[in-house]
Amino acid sequence: MKHKGELTSTVVVTNRINEKKGERTKRDFRGGEALILGSIIPIALVIVWEILSRIGVFPAYQLPAPTTILETIRGMAQDGSLWNHIGITTFRVFLGFVFGTIAAIILGSLVGFYKRAEQLFDPMIQAFRSIPSLAWVPLFILWMGIGEPSKVTMIAVGVFFPVYLNLVSGITGVDRKLIEVGKMYGLNTFQLIKRVILPAALPSFLVGLRSGLGLGWMFVVAAELMGASKGLGYLLVLGQNTLSPETIIASIILFAIIGKLSDWILKLVEKRALRWQDSLVQS
Amino acid sequence: MSLEVRNVSRSFDGKQAVNNISFFAEPGEIIGILGTSGSGKSTVLRAISGLDRGYDGDIAINGNVEKEIQDTTGFIFQEPRLFPWLTVLDNVTFGLKGDKKDKIARAKVYLKNVGLDESGGLYPRQLSGGMAQRVAIARALVTSPEILLLDEPFSALDAFTKMQLQDLLLDVWKEYQSTIVLVTHDIDEAMYLCNRIIILRGQPGELHKEIKIKEPRPRNRASKQLAAYKAEILESLDLNVKTS
Repeated sequence: MKHKGELTSTVVVTNRINEKKGERTKRDFRGGEALILGSIIPIALVIVWEILSRIGVFPAYQLPAPTTILETIRGMAQDGSLWNHIGITTFRVFLGFVFGTIAAIILGSLVGFYKRAEQLFDPMIQAFRSIPSLAWVPLFILWMGIGEPSKVTMIAVGVFFPVYLNLVSGITGVDRKLIEVGKMYGLNTFQLIKRVILPAALPSFLVGLRSGLGLGWMFVVAAELMGASKGLGYLLVLGQNTLSPETIIASIILFAIIGKLSDWILKLVEKRALRWQDSLVQS
Repeated sequence: MSLEVRNVSRSFDGKQAVNNISFFAEPGEIIGILGTSGSGKSTVLRAISGLDRGYDGDIAINGNVEKEIQDTTGFIFQEPRLFPWLTVLDNVTFGLKGDKKDKIARAKVYLKNVGLDESGGLYPRQLSGGMAQRVAIARALVTSPEILLLDEPFSALDAFTKMQLQDLLLDVWKEYQSTIVLVTHDIDEAMYLCNRIIILRGQPGELHKEIKIKEPRPRNRASKQLAAYKAEILESLDLNVKTS
Protein backbone atom coordinates (compact mmCIF):
# COMPACT_ATOMS: atom_id res chain seq x y z
CA MET A 1 0.00 0.00 0.00
CA LYS A 2 1.96 2.95 -1.20
CA HIS A 3 0.86 6.47 -0.58
CA LYS A 4 0.22 7.79 -4.05
CA GLY A 5 0.80 11.47 -4.76
CA GLU A 6 -0.24 14.44 -2.70
CA LEU A 7 -3.74 15.34 -1.68
CA THR A 8 -4.76 18.47 -3.49
CA SER A 9 -8.43 19.03 -2.76
CA THR A 10 -11.24 17.71 -0.65
CA VAL A 11 -12.80 16.13 -3.71
CA VAL A 12 -9.78 13.99 -4.15
CA VAL A 13 -9.84 13.12 -0.47
CA THR A 14 -13.43 11.92 -0.50
CA ASN A 15 -12.77 10.06 -3.71
CA ARG A 16 -9.88 8.35 -2.10
CA ILE A 17 -11.91 7.46 0.95
CA ASN A 18 -14.63 5.96 -1.19
CA GLU A 19 -12.03 4.12 -3.15
CA LYS A 20 -10.61 2.77 0.08
CA LYS A 21 -14.02 1.62 1.26
CA GLY A 22 -14.58 -0.13 -2.03
CA GLU A 23 -11.21 -1.76 -1.72
CA ARG A 24 -11.97 -2.95 1.78
CA THR A 25 -15.32 -4.57 0.96
CA LYS A 26 -13.71 -6.17 -2.02
CA ARG A 27 -10.97 -7.55 0.15
CA ASP A 28 -13.47 -8.82 2.72
CA PHE A 29 -15.36 -10.51 -0.03
CA ARG A 30 -12.17 -12.06 -1.27
CA GLY A 31 -11.45 -13.22 2.29
CA GLY A 32 -14.87 -14.86 2.37
CA GLU A 33 -14.20 -16.48 -0.94
CA ALA A 34 -10.91 -17.85 0.33
CA LEU A 35 -12.69 -19.17 3.43
CA ILE A 36 -15.26 -20.99 1.30
CA LEU A 37 -12.61 -22.40 -1.02
CA GLY A 38 -10.51 -23.54 1.90
CA SER A 39 -13.42 -25.32 3.59
CA ILE A 40 -14.63 -27.32 0.60
CA ILE A 41 -12.21 -30.22 1.00
CA PRO A 42 -12.43 -30.57 4.82
CA ILE A 43 -16.24 -30.50 4.72
CA ALA A 44 -16.34 -33.03 1.90
CA LEU A 45 -13.95 -35.29 3.79
CA VAL A 46 -16.05 -35.10 6.95
CA ILE A 47 -19.19 -35.98 5.00
CA VAL A 48 -17.49 -38.93 3.31
CA TRP A 49 -16.15 -40.05 6.69
CA GLU A 50 -19.61 -39.85 8.23
CA ILE A 51 -21.15 -41.89 5.41
CA LEU A 52 -18.40 -44.51 5.44
CA SER A 53 -18.72 -44.87 9.22
CA ARG A 54 -22.50 -45.20 9.01
CA ILE A 55 -22.38 -47.97 6.42
CA GLY A 56 -19.74 -49.74 8.46
CA VAL A 57 -16.62 -49.38 6.30
CA PHE A 58 -14.78 -47.95 9.30
CA PRO A 59 -15.42 -50.09 12.37
CA ALA A 60 -16.76 -47.93 15.22
CA TYR A 61 -14.16 -49.23 17.69
CA GLN A 62 -11.41 -47.80 15.48
CA LEU A 63 -12.80 -44.71 13.79
CA PRO A 64 -16.16 -43.53 15.08
CA ALA A 65 -18.34 -41.21 13.00
CA PRO A 66 -17.94 -37.44 13.32
CA THR A 67 -21.38 -37.20 14.87
CA THR A 68 -20.34 -39.64 17.58
CA ILE A 69 -17.31 -37.52 18.34
CA LEU A 70 -19.41 -34.37 18.50
CA GLU A 71 -21.79 -36.19 20.78
CA THR A 72 -18.88 -37.10 23.07
CA ILE A 73 -17.77 -33.47 23.23
CA ARG A 74 -21.33 -32.33 23.88
CA GLY A 75 -21.69 -34.89 26.65
CA MET A 76 -18.53 -33.69 28.34
CA ALA A 77 -19.63 -30.10 27.96
CA GLN A 78 -22.94 -30.96 29.61
CA ASP A 79 -21.49 -32.65 32.67
CA GLY A 80 -18.92 -29.87 32.94
CA SER A 81 -15.84 -32.07 32.73
CA LEU A 82 -14.93 -30.56 29.35
CA TRP A 83 -14.33 -27.09 30.78
CA ASN A 84 -12.33 -28.63 33.58
CA HIS A 85 -10.02 -30.43 31.14
CA ILE A 86 -9.65 -27.47 28.81
CA GLY A 87 -9.12 -25.11 31.73
CA ILE A 88 -6.35 -27.08 33.38
CA THR A 89 -4.51 -27.72 30.10
CA THR A 90 -4.70 -24.08 29.04
CA PHE A 91 -3.60 -23.02 32.50
CA ARG A 92 -0.53 -25.27 32.32
CA VAL A 93 0.42 -23.97 28.89
CA PHE A 94 -0.12 -20.41 30.04
CA LEU A 95 2.06 -20.79 33.13
CA GLY A 96 4.79 -22.58 31.22
CA PHE A 97 4.64 -20.00 28.47
CA VAL A 98 4.97 -17.13 30.93
CA PHE A 99 7.87 -18.69 32.84
CA GLY A 100 9.67 -19.80 29.69
CA THR A 101 9.25 -16.38 28.13
CA ILE A 102 10.47 -14.54 31.24
CA ALA A 103 13.56 -16.72 31.42
CA ALA A 104 14.16 -16.25 27.69
CA ILE A 105 13.81 -12.46 27.95
CA ILE A 106 16.27 -12.24 30.85
CA LEU A 107 18.90 -14.53 29.36
CA GLY A 108 18.28 -13.39 25.79
CA SER A 109 18.71 -9.71 26.64
CA LEU A 110 21.89 -10.41 28.59
CA VAL A 111 23.37 -12.47 25.78
CA GLY A 112 22.18 -10.04 23.11
CA PHE A 113 23.53 -6.92 24.77
CA TYR A 114 26.71 -8.06 26.45
CA LYS A 115 29.47 -9.76 24.55
CA ARG A 116 30.80 -11.21 27.80
CA ALA A 117 27.44 -12.75 28.66
CA GLU A 118 27.25 -14.24 25.19
CA GLN A 119 30.62 -15.88 25.65
CA LEU A 120 29.57 -17.13 29.07
CA PHE A 121 26.08 -18.45 28.39
CA ASP A 122 25.54 -18.99 24.72
CA PRO A 123 27.70 -22.10 24.18
CA MET A 124 26.00 -23.79 27.13
CA ILE A 125 22.52 -22.85 25.98
CA GLN A 126 23.29 -24.04 22.47
CA ALA A 127 24.48 -27.35 23.90
CA PHE A 128 21.28 -27.73 25.92
CA ARG A 129 19.29 -26.92 22.83
CA SER A 130 20.60 -29.98 21.05
CA ILE A 131 19.07 -32.22 23.72
CA PRO A 132 15.59 -33.22 22.53
CA SER A 133 13.52 -31.47 25.17
CA LEU A 134 11.32 -34.50 25.80
CA ALA A 135 14.40 -36.29 27.11
CA TRP A 136 14.11 -34.13 30.22
CA VAL A 137 10.77 -35.69 31.13
CA PRO A 138 12.04 -38.55 33.34
CA LEU A 139 14.45 -36.26 35.15
CA PHE A 140 11.81 -33.65 35.89
CA ILE A 141 9.45 -36.31 37.19
CA LEU A 142 12.20 -37.66 39.39
CA TRP A 143 12.93 -34.19 40.75
CA MET A 144 9.48 -32.74 41.04
CA GLY A 145 7.07 -35.66 40.98
CA ILE A 146 4.20 -35.93 38.58
CA GLY A 147 2.40 -32.88 39.94
CA GLU A 148 2.09 -29.47 38.35
CA PRO A 149 5.67 -28.23 38.83
CA SER A 150 7.21 -30.86 36.56
CA LYS A 151 4.59 -30.26 33.84
CA VAL A 152 4.93 -26.50 33.91
CA THR A 153 8.73 -26.79 33.88
CA MET A 154 8.56 -29.09 30.85
CA ILE A 155 6.43 -26.60 28.95
CA ALA A 156 8.63 -23.70 30.02
CA VAL A 157 11.69 -25.52 28.67
CA GLY A 158 9.91 -26.01 25.36
CA VAL A 159 8.86 -22.38 25.15
CA PHE A 160 12.24 -21.05 26.25
CA PHE A 161 14.36 -22.02 23.26
CA PRO A 162 12.49 -20.49 20.32
CA VAL A 163 11.85 -17.28 22.28
CA TYR A 164 15.46 -17.06 23.41
CA LEU A 165 16.97 -17.76 20.00
CA ASN A 166 14.74 -15.31 18.17
CA LEU A 167 15.26 -12.59 20.75
CA VAL A 168 19.04 -12.93 20.59
CA SER A 169 19.11 -12.92 16.81
CA GLY A 170 16.73 -9.95 16.82
CA ILE A 171 18.95 -7.94 19.14
CA THR A 172 22.24 -8.81 17.49
CA GLY A 173 20.76 -8.26 14.04
CA VAL A 174 19.70 -4.64 14.58
CA ASP A 175 20.88 -2.45 11.73
CA ARG A 176 24.08 -0.69 12.80
CA LYS A 177 23.04 2.26 10.66
CA LEU A 178 20.00 2.92 12.82
CA ILE A 179 22.13 2.71 15.93
CA GLU A 180 24.39 5.38 14.43
CA VAL A 181 21.40 7.66 13.97
CA GLY A 182 20.57 7.19 17.65
CA LYS A 183 24.16 7.99 18.58
CA MET A 184 24.13 11.15 16.48
CA TYR A 185 21.28 12.34 18.70
CA GLY A 186 23.37 11.74 21.78
CA LEU A 187 21.45 8.76 23.15
CA ASN A 188 23.21 6.83 25.92
CA THR A 189 23.35 3.05 26.00
CA PHE A 190 20.12 2.67 27.94
CA GLN A 191 18.22 5.03 25.65
CA LEU A 192 19.66 3.27 22.61
CA ILE A 193 18.36 -0.04 23.90
CA LYS A 194 14.94 1.34 24.69
CA ARG A 195 14.41 3.52 21.66
CA VAL A 196 16.28 1.73 18.89
CA ILE A 197 17.34 -1.82 19.69
CA LEU A 198 14.17 -3.12 21.35
CA PRO A 199 11.73 -1.82 18.74
CA ALA A 200 13.99 -3.13 15.99
CA ALA A 201 14.17 -6.56 17.66
CA LEU A 202 10.43 -6.74 18.26
CA PRO A 203 9.42 -8.54 15.03
CA SER A 204 11.89 -11.31 15.64
CA PHE A 205 10.82 -11.57 19.29
CA LEU A 206 7.18 -11.94 18.30
CA VAL A 207 8.03 -14.69 15.83
CA GLY A 208 9.78 -16.42 18.73
CA LEU A 209 6.72 -16.03 20.94
CA ARG A 210 4.48 -17.63 18.36
CA SER A 211 6.69 -20.61 17.73
CA GLY A 212 7.26 -20.88 21.49
CA LEU A 213 3.53 -21.09 22.05
CA GLY A 214 3.26 -23.81 19.42
CA LEU A 215 5.91 -25.81 21.21
CA GLY A 216 4.13 -25.15 24.50
CA TRP A 217 1.05 -26.97 23.18
CA MET A 218 3.22 -29.83 22.01
CA PHE A 219 4.84 -30.17 25.39
CA VAL A 220 1.64 -30.04 27.36
CA VAL A 221 0.55 -33.18 25.52
CA ALA A 222 3.78 -34.91 26.45
CA ALA A 223 3.51 -33.70 30.04
CA GLU A 224 -0.08 -34.85 30.41
CA LEU A 225 0.55 -38.16 28.68
CA MET A 226 3.09 -39.15 31.28
CA GLY A 227 0.73 -38.79 34.19
CA ALA A 228 -2.20 -36.56 34.88
CA SER A 229 -5.67 -36.88 36.30
CA LYS A 230 -7.07 -33.94 34.37
CA GLY A 231 -6.49 -32.20 31.10
CA LEU A 232 -6.84 -32.89 27.40
CA GLY A 233 -3.72 -35.03 27.40
CA TYR A 234 -5.29 -37.13 30.13
CA LEU A 235 -8.31 -37.62 27.87
CA LEU A 236 -5.98 -39.09 25.27
CA VAL A 237 -4.71 -41.66 27.76
CA LEU A 238 -8.20 -42.29 29.05
CA GLY A 239 -9.47 -42.90 25.53
CA GLN A 240 -6.67 -45.35 24.89
CA ASN A 241 -7.25 -47.25 28.13
CA THR A 242 -11.03 -47.41 27.79
CA LEU A 243 -10.87 -48.30 24.08
CA SER A 244 -12.90 -45.26 23.09
CA PRO A 245 -11.38 -43.63 20.01
CA GLU A 246 -14.08 -40.94 20.09
CA THR A 247 -12.55 -39.53 23.29
CA ILE A 248 -9.10 -39.48 21.70
CA ILE A 249 -10.29 -37.77 18.55
CA ALA A 250 -12.41 -35.34 20.54
CA SER A 251 -9.33 -34.41 22.53
CA ILE A 252 -7.26 -33.99 19.35
CA ILE A 253 -9.90 -31.71 17.87
CA LEU A 254 -10.04 -29.64 21.05
CA PHE A 255 -6.26 -29.28 21.00
CA ALA A 256 -6.47 -28.06 17.44
CA ILE A 257 -9.14 -25.50 18.27
CA ILE A 258 -7.50 -24.06 21.40
CA GLY A 259 -4.07 -24.10 19.82
CA LYS A 260 -5.32 -22.20 16.82
CA LEU A 261 -7.22 -19.79 19.04
CA SER A 262 -4.21 -18.96 21.18
CA ASP A 263 -2.05 -18.49 18.09
CA TRP A 264 -4.69 -16.21 16.64
CA ILE A 265 -4.55 -14.04 19.77
CA LEU A 266 -0.78 -13.71 19.44
CA LYS A 267 -1.18 -12.96 15.77
CA LEU A 268 -3.53 -10.10 16.62
CA VAL A 269 -0.96 -8.74 19.06
CA GLU A 270 1.69 -9.07 16.39
CA LYS A 271 -0.43 -7.28 13.84
CA ARG A 272 -1.06 -4.42 16.21
CA ALA A 273 2.57 -4.13 17.27
CA LEU A 274 3.96 -4.38 13.76
CA ARG A 275 1.59 -2.11 11.85
CA TRP A 276 4.67 -0.36 10.53
CA GLN A 277 6.08 -3.42 8.83
CA ASP A 278 6.27 -3.82 5.12
CA SER A 279 4.97 -7.32 4.82
CA LEU A 280 1.72 -8.27 6.46
CA VAL A 281 1.93 -10.83 9.21
CA GLN A 282 2.17 -14.35 7.87
CA SER A 283 -0.45 -16.71 9.17
CA MET B 1 30.01 27.86 14.39
CA SER B 2 33.44 27.46 12.94
CA LEU B 3 34.98 24.12 12.28
CA GLU B 4 38.64 23.33 12.11
CA VAL B 5 40.18 20.07 10.99
CA ARG B 6 43.88 19.85 11.83
CA ASN B 7 46.18 17.13 10.49
CA VAL B 8 43.57 14.41 10.58
CA SER B 9 44.71 10.94 9.53
CA ARG B 10 42.88 7.67 9.86
CA SER B 11 43.92 4.10 9.18
CA PHE B 12 41.85 0.95 9.24
CA ASP B 13 43.73 -2.24 10.18
CA GLY B 14 47.07 -0.70 9.32
CA LYS B 15 45.92 0.58 5.94
CA GLN B 16 45.76 4.32 5.76
CA ALA B 17 42.51 5.79 4.43
CA VAL B 18 43.22 9.51 4.74
CA ASN B 19 46.44 11.29 5.43
CA ASN B 20 46.99 14.63 7.07
CA ILE B 21 43.85 16.51 6.15
CA SER B 22 43.50 20.09 7.37
CA PHE B 23 40.92 22.72 6.54
CA PHE B 24 38.94 25.44 8.18
CA ALA B 25 35.27 26.30 7.76
CA GLU B 26 34.01 29.77 8.62
CA PRO B 27 30.66 29.97 10.41
CA GLY B 28 27.87 29.69 7.86
CA GLU B 29 30.09 28.42 5.10
CA ILE B 30 29.23 25.48 2.86
CA ILE B 31 32.27 23.30 2.29
CA GLY B 32 32.23 20.53 -0.26
CA ILE B 33 34.52 17.53 -0.02
CA LEU B 34 34.93 16.07 -3.44
CA GLY B 35 36.89 13.04 -4.52
CA THR B 36 36.74 9.75 -6.32
CA SER B 37 35.61 6.72 -4.38
CA GLY B 38 38.14 5.43 -1.90
CA SER B 39 39.69 8.85 -1.34
CA GLY B 40 38.40 8.93 2.24
CA LYS B 41 35.69 11.59 1.95
CA SER B 42 33.26 9.81 4.24
CA THR B 43 36.06 8.94 6.64
CA VAL B 44 36.75 12.62 7.20
CA LEU B 45 33.06 13.33 7.72
CA ARG B 46 32.62 10.52 10.22
CA ALA B 47 35.61 11.81 12.14
CA ILE B 48 34.07 15.29 12.30
CA SER B 49 30.74 13.88 13.46
CA GLY B 50 32.29 11.94 16.34
CA LEU B 51 30.84 8.63 15.13
CA ASP B 52 34.42 7.55 14.50
CA ARG B 53 36.94 8.43 17.18
CA GLY B 54 39.88 6.40 15.99
CA TYR B 55 41.57 9.17 14.05
CA ASP B 56 44.77 11.05 14.70
CA GLY B 57 44.87 14.83 14.72
CA ASP B 58 42.42 17.38 16.07
CA ILE B 59 38.98 18.52 15.16
CA ALA B 60 37.90 21.77 16.78
CA ILE B 61 34.36 23.08 16.80
CA ASN B 62 34.32 26.76 17.71
CA GLY B 63 37.86 26.34 18.95
CA ASN B 64 37.07 23.43 21.33
CA VAL B 65 38.83 20.20 20.53
CA GLU B 66 36.42 17.32 21.24
CA LYS B 67 36.15 13.76 20.02
CA GLU B 68 32.66 13.14 21.40
CA ILE B 69 29.45 13.51 19.43
CA GLN B 70 28.17 17.05 19.84
CA ASP B 71 24.53 18.07 20.30
CA THR B 72 25.10 20.88 17.89
CA THR B 73 26.05 18.59 15.02
CA GLY B 74 23.53 17.11 12.64
CA PHE B 75 24.21 14.31 10.16
CA ILE B 76 22.32 13.43 7.01
CA PHE B 77 23.30 10.03 5.68
CA GLN B 78 23.35 8.67 2.19
CA GLU B 79 20.24 6.63 2.96
CA PRO B 80 17.29 8.12 4.84
CA ARG B 81 17.84 5.77 7.81
CA LEU B 82 14.36 6.40 9.17
CA PHE B 83 13.13 4.26 12.03
CA PRO B 84 10.58 2.01 10.34
CA TRP B 85 8.49 1.60 13.49
CA LEU B 86 7.93 5.34 13.91
CA THR B 87 5.65 7.53 11.85
CA VAL B 88 7.14 10.37 9.85
CA LEU B 89 6.26 12.82 12.61
CA ASP B 90 7.77 10.63 15.33
CA ASN B 91 10.88 10.17 13.25
CA VAL B 92 11.32 13.93 13.07
CA THR B 93 10.76 14.43 16.81
CA PHE B 94 13.15 11.56 17.61
CA GLY B 95 16.12 13.75 18.50
CA LEU B 96 14.16 16.47 20.29
CA LYS B 97 13.96 16.77 24.03
CA GLY B 98 11.39 18.39 26.24
CA ASP B 99 7.65 18.86 26.16
CA LYS B 100 5.75 16.65 23.75
CA LYS B 101 3.52 19.40 22.42
CA ASP B 102 6.47 21.66 21.65
CA LYS B 103 8.27 18.83 19.95
CA ILE B 104 5.33 18.07 17.69
CA ALA B 105 4.76 21.73 16.87
CA ARG B 106 8.41 22.12 15.97
CA ALA B 107 8.48 18.95 13.89
CA LYS B 108 5.44 20.12 11.97
CA VAL B 109 7.17 23.35 11.03
CA TYR B 110 10.10 21.45 9.59
CA LEU B 111 7.91 18.93 7.82
CA LYS B 112 6.20 21.86 6.18
CA ASN B 113 9.59 23.22 5.19
CA VAL B 114 10.38 20.05 3.30
CA GLY B 115 6.88 19.93 1.83
CA LEU B 116 5.58 16.97 3.78
CA ASP B 117 3.15 18.57 6.22
CA GLU B 118 0.40 16.20 5.04
CA SER B 119 2.42 13.04 5.54
CA GLY B 120 3.19 13.15 9.26
CA GLY B 121 1.07 10.08 10.01
CA LEU B 122 2.60 7.82 7.39
CA TYR B 123 5.12 5.09 8.08
CA PRO B 124 8.47 5.11 6.26
CA ARG B 125 7.50 2.12 4.14
CA GLN B 126 4.76 4.24 2.58
CA LEU B 127 7.21 6.88 1.35
CA SER B 128 9.04 7.16 -1.94
CA GLY B 129 12.83 7.51 -1.87
CA GLY B 130 12.69 11.28 -2.29
CA MET B 131 10.07 11.72 0.40
CA ALA B 132 12.02 9.55 2.82
CA GLN B 133 15.16 11.60 2.26
CA ARG B 134 13.18 14.78 2.83
CA VAL B 135 12.02 13.38 6.16
CA ALA B 136 15.65 12.62 6.99
CA ILE B 137 16.52 16.22 6.18
CA ALA B 138 13.73 17.49 8.40
CA ARG B 139 14.89 15.17 11.17
CA ALA B 140 18.44 16.51 10.97
CA LEU B 141 17.35 20.16 10.81
CA VAL B 142 14.75 20.08 13.55
CA THR B 143 17.40 20.15 16.27
CA SER B 144 18.83 23.32 14.66
CA PRO B 145 22.32 21.92 14.25
CA GLU B 146 24.97 24.58 13.96
CA ILE B 147 27.14 22.21 12.02
CA LEU B 148 25.43 20.05 9.44
CA LEU B 149 27.27 17.11 7.92
CA LEU B 150 25.98 15.53 4.74
CA ASP B 151 27.31 12.27 3.35
CA GLU B 152 26.28 12.04 -0.31
CA PRO B 153 22.75 12.84 0.78
CA PHE B 154 21.19 13.00 -2.66
CA SER B 155 23.20 10.38 -4.51
CA ALA B 156 20.46 7.74 -4.47
CA LEU B 157 17.82 10.07 -5.90
CA ASP B 158 16.77 10.78 -9.45
CA ALA B 159 18.06 13.95 -11.12
CA PHE B 160 14.93 16.04 -10.63
CA THR B 161 14.35 15.15 -7.01
CA LYS B 162 18.01 15.82 -6.44
CA MET B 163 17.85 19.37 -7.81
CA GLN B 164 14.71 20.04 -5.83
CA LEU B 165 16.32 18.91 -2.59
CA GLN B 166 19.50 20.86 -3.30
CA ASP B 167 17.40 24.00 -3.54
CA LEU B 168 15.60 23.00 -0.39
CA LEU B 169 18.92 22.66 1.39
CA LEU B 170 19.96 26.14 0.22
CA ASP B 171 16.67 27.61 1.45
CA VAL B 172 17.15 26.07 4.83
CA TRP B 173 20.77 27.18 4.95
CA LYS B 174 19.78 30.76 4.11
CA GLU B 175 17.38 30.76 7.00
CA TYR B 176 19.52 29.09 9.67
CA GLN B 177 23.07 29.83 8.46
CA SER B 178 24.45 26.50 9.64
CA THR B 179 27.99 25.58 8.75
CA ILE B 180 27.68 22.74 6.26
CA VAL B 181 30.17 20.10 5.22
CA LEU B 182 28.97 18.16 2.21
CA VAL B 183 30.64 15.02 0.96
CA THR B 184 29.82 14.26 -2.62
CA HIS B 185 31.12 12.74 -5.82
CA ASP B 186 28.83 14.89 -7.91
CA ILE B 187 30.81 17.84 -9.30
CA ASP B 188 27.70 19.76 -10.37
CA GLU B 189 26.20 19.40 -6.94
CA ALA B 190 29.35 20.65 -5.27
CA MET B 191 29.59 23.65 -7.59
CA TYR B 192 25.95 24.54 -7.18
CA LEU B 193 25.95 24.42 -3.39
CA CYS B 194 29.40 25.16 -2.00
CA ASN B 195 31.44 28.22 -1.11
CA ARG B 196 34.58 26.18 -1.23
CA ILE B 197 35.40 22.77 -2.61
CA ILE B 198 38.11 20.62 -1.10
CA ILE B 199 39.46 18.00 -3.42
CA LEU B 200 40.80 14.77 -1.98
CA ARG B 201 42.96 12.61 -4.14
CA GLY B 202 44.95 9.44 -3.99
CA GLN B 203 44.96 6.42 -1.76
CA PRO B 204 45.31 7.24 1.08
CA GLY B 205 43.37 10.40 0.38
CA GLU B 206 45.25 13.66 0.70
CA LEU B 207 44.08 17.20 0.36
CA HIS B 208 44.95 18.11 -3.19
CA LYS B 209 43.40 21.48 -3.77
CA GLU B 210 40.93 23.99 -2.45
CA ILE B 211 38.75 25.76 -4.97
CA LYS B 212 36.73 28.80 -4.05
CA ILE B 213 33.51 29.20 -6.01
CA LYS B 214 32.98 32.94 -6.24
CA GLU B 215 29.70 32.83 -8.17
CA PRO B 216 26.91 34.58 -6.26
CA ARG B 217 23.79 32.62 -5.40
CA PRO B 218 21.35 31.74 -6.83
CA ARG B 219 23.65 30.05 -9.28
CA ASN B 220 22.71 28.95 -12.71
CA ARG B 221 23.41 25.26 -13.08
CA ALA B 222 24.27 25.71 -16.75
CA SER B 223 26.32 28.91 -16.58
CA LYS B 224 29.65 29.34 -18.35
CA GLN B 225 31.37 30.31 -15.14
CA LEU B 226 30.41 27.05 -13.49
CA ALA B 227 31.55 25.21 -16.60
CA ALA B 228 34.97 26.81 -16.21
CA TYR B 229 35.09 25.65 -12.58
CA LYS B 230 34.08 22.21 -13.68
CA ALA B 231 36.99 22.03 -16.09
CA GLU B 232 39.35 23.05 -13.30
CA ILE B 233 37.91 20.46 -10.93
CA LEU B 234 38.02 17.69 -13.49
CA GLU B 235 41.61 18.49 -14.21
CA SER B 236 42.61 18.42 -10.56
CA LEU B 237 40.75 15.14 -9.99
CA ASP B 238 43.10 13.75 -12.59
CA LEU B 239 40.74 10.99 -13.65
CA ASN B 240 42.80 9.88 -16.64
CA VAL B 241 45.80 8.94 -14.63
CA LYS B 242 43.69 7.05 -12.16
CA THR B 243 41.96 4.80 -14.62
CA SER B 244 45.08 3.92 -16.59
